[in-house]
Amino acid sequence: MSGTFVGMPAFPTAARAALGDTQLRRNLAHATQTIRDKRALVVAEVEDWEDLRLAGAGVKEAALRDLATHLETLEASLTRAGATVHWARDAAEACAIVASITHAHGADEVAKVKSMATAEIGLNEALEAEGIAAWETDLAELIVQLGDDLPSHILVPAIHRNRAEIREIFQRRMGDVGKAAPADLSDEPAVLAGAAREHLREKFLRAKVAVSGANFAVADTGTLVVVESEGNGRMCLTLPEVLVSVVGIEKVVATWADLDPMLRLLPRSSTGERMNPYTSTWSGVSPGDGPQEVHVVLLDNGRTRALADDVGRQALRCIRCSACLNVCPVYERVGGHAYGSVYPGPIGAILNPLLNGVSDEQTASLPYASSLCGACFEVCPVRIDIPSVLVDQRAAVVDSHRNDRVPSAEALAMKATAWAFSDSRRLAWAERASGIAGRVITRFSRTTLPGGRAASGRLPGPAAGWTGARDLPAPPAESFREWWDRTDGGQR
Amino acid sequence: MRVALQVTCVNDAMFPDTGKAVVRLLRHLGVDVDFPSAQTCCGQPMVNTGYLDEAVPVVRTFVRAFAGYDAVVTPSGSCAGSARHQHSIVAERSGDPALVAAVAETGPRTYELSEFLVDVLGVTDVGAYFPHRVTYHPTCHSLRMLGVGDRPQRLLEQVRGIELVDLPMAEECCGFGGTFALKNADTSIAMGADKARHVRDTGAEVLVAGDNSCLMHIGGMLSRQRAGVRVVHLAEILASTEES
Ligand code: SF4
Repeated sequence: MSGTFVGMPAFPTAARAALGDTQLRRNLAHATQTIRDKRALVVAEVEDWEDLRLAGAGVKEAALRDLATHLETLEASLTRAGATVHWARDAAEACAIVASITHAHGADEVAKVKSMATAEIGLNEALEAEGIAAWETDLAELIVQLGDDLPSHILVPAIHRNRAEIREIFQRRMGDVGKAAPADLSDEPAVLAGAAREHLREKFLRAKVAVSGANFAVADTGTLVVVESEGNGRMCLTLPEVLVSVVGIEKVVATWADLDPMLRLLPRSSTGERMNPYTSTWSGVSPGDGPQEVHVVLLDNGRTRALADDVGRQALRCIRCSACLNVCPVYERVGGHAYGSVYPGPIGAILNPLLNGVSDEQTASLPYASSLCGACFEVCPVRIDIPSVLVDQRAAVVDSHRNDRVPSAEALAMKATAWAFSDSRRLAWAERASGIAGRVITRFSRTTLPGGRAASGRLPGPAAGWTGARDLPAPPAESFREWWDRTDGGQR
Repeated sequence: MRVALQVTCVNDAMFPDTGKAVVRLLRHLGVDVDFPSAQTCCGQPMVNTGYLDEAVPVVRTFVRAFAGYDAVVTPSGSCAGSARHQHSIVAERSGDPALVAAVAETGPRTYELSEFLVDVLGVTDVGAYFPHRVTYHPTCHSLRMLGVGDRPQRLLEQVRGIELVDLPMAEECCGFGGTFALKNADTSIAMGADKARHVRDTGAEVLVAGDNSCLMHIGGMLSRQRAGVRVVHLAEILASTEES
């Protein structure tokens, strides 16, 4: 079974380890570049892409503004269509609901459609503890599950693996949990997919209960929507007798027509396709067709907490397309595991603190895991201003420490800097001191920048973070301010 | 037109030649530029690290120093971005309506250098001469927060003697990111190493950008690698003449 993120170190430590993994760096650079280019091509084809983004953001924003009403409408529509609606405050409640439905049917296994909500609540591990095996049927999820691994990407959880590694995992593990991989398995993508198909078919045909999430939940028609590429989702959604869908409350949209911009934005942003191969929609039970018992678990698990945050609530517009991960220069280098959550990358850096708060050190490190370059905002199909939310969550981290008995070195440094920057006379004094230091460094330095300026090489103590890999120019003997005063702005 | 130079704290303390170049360039173009000595910093180091309360007096100092000018010109995309897009957050936090009003008024008349030259003065040929092989890195905040577009390239293309070469993956972040460079030094350096590699691949002698903080990061790495590339701020190239 796959592992958990519990006990992960803070981002800088986890990132350092990841950065040393050369295979990971190469796999990620290749995969993110490929998908970035694909997305750019299909987005460029859409003339009114910016209008479409506005429309998408508008649909989700409108749904969030009146969330309670839309959820009640959704519950009523679903119930009318023959589905059973459950409400789950947190992960434990949601997992218990799924387990009890499975037990009620005497099943000891479930087939799963790829779903972020069930990954978020740790459903597989919870079911395992109840004696129920949960089989992932999405190819990438299967790779992660068989490899006892952790997901590192929202859309492609095994993005950190290359095909040689996948071949090895299939060969070593498939036989333990079902149909074994053929002995002569090669690492050709089509051959690997063929082995997965054989392995999974057995599970699809046997499973009595399926578990899914949903990309969208339409309030007025009581329709759930799953968007996918492989068709495994369609198998799970149609073959078993019982279907349980765990759906975050932010997935609701008001009307069927609201799906229009969303279904155009999502495939182009996520897989770089004009249209995804499979879009499954179902409204409750259809007699004689598909699952005859349909459950929907509406999940909060921190979403109302995020909704109450004026700046951060826009993160609930997220449609989990992964475009922000694929363009993120930090994600590209460290991969998903360093974020310590099923939600990695830029969206993870804001969503985890919004859902869970910033009281633990690992979550509090996430808003800082960004250079604020803004590439994520530029591609986000629902226009989530991730850099602004990151800064706001940094403020939340700082504010949570304002009453600490012993302030951190960073807090003291920031206060001192702000004090100096609040009055130009203080700054001028600091610059005179730095000018003196600059003269000393220039006199004794044996490092010279290209162009001739003296510099500091590797320094110990607090300067080590900068000078470990970068030469630092020596401060000039005279600041701009001093020059301006001395020469009357260069006129003398 | 009363024009003020916001030199930025980094340039004031570390790169005064950039400030001097802006003064020379603007005078050459007939603009009488002033340096209000009450100025300090735009507050970005505090804001971007999450210290909003600490940023309040810094932003207050900023708007006071630049009150009454028609235009505030700064040789930094990220400081212009901070004044235009972040001061309002700090002002809201202060709960002081006078500060909210002041930043709303100061932000829109704060220009990054290339914006001021192209949009306000309407020039792209500033009469510069710089006979070197140069590659340009568009910094993230000028590109994505301000949207300066190709203004810097249009200015550089008119420089006599210059040999401009394209930087591969130019729009990818260099990894500086303010306190990110210290708090996540390993990741910052990994990003910088790739940027430095792309710069070396161009065979350029000079790397130019509109922000000295990014250049300090990339240039510091290039220097450590003994790559033989120097970094120069856009203002210094535009202020170079045949005589200098
Ligand atoms: S934040 Fe935006 S870009 Fe990132 S996954 Fe969500 S919708 Fe996609």
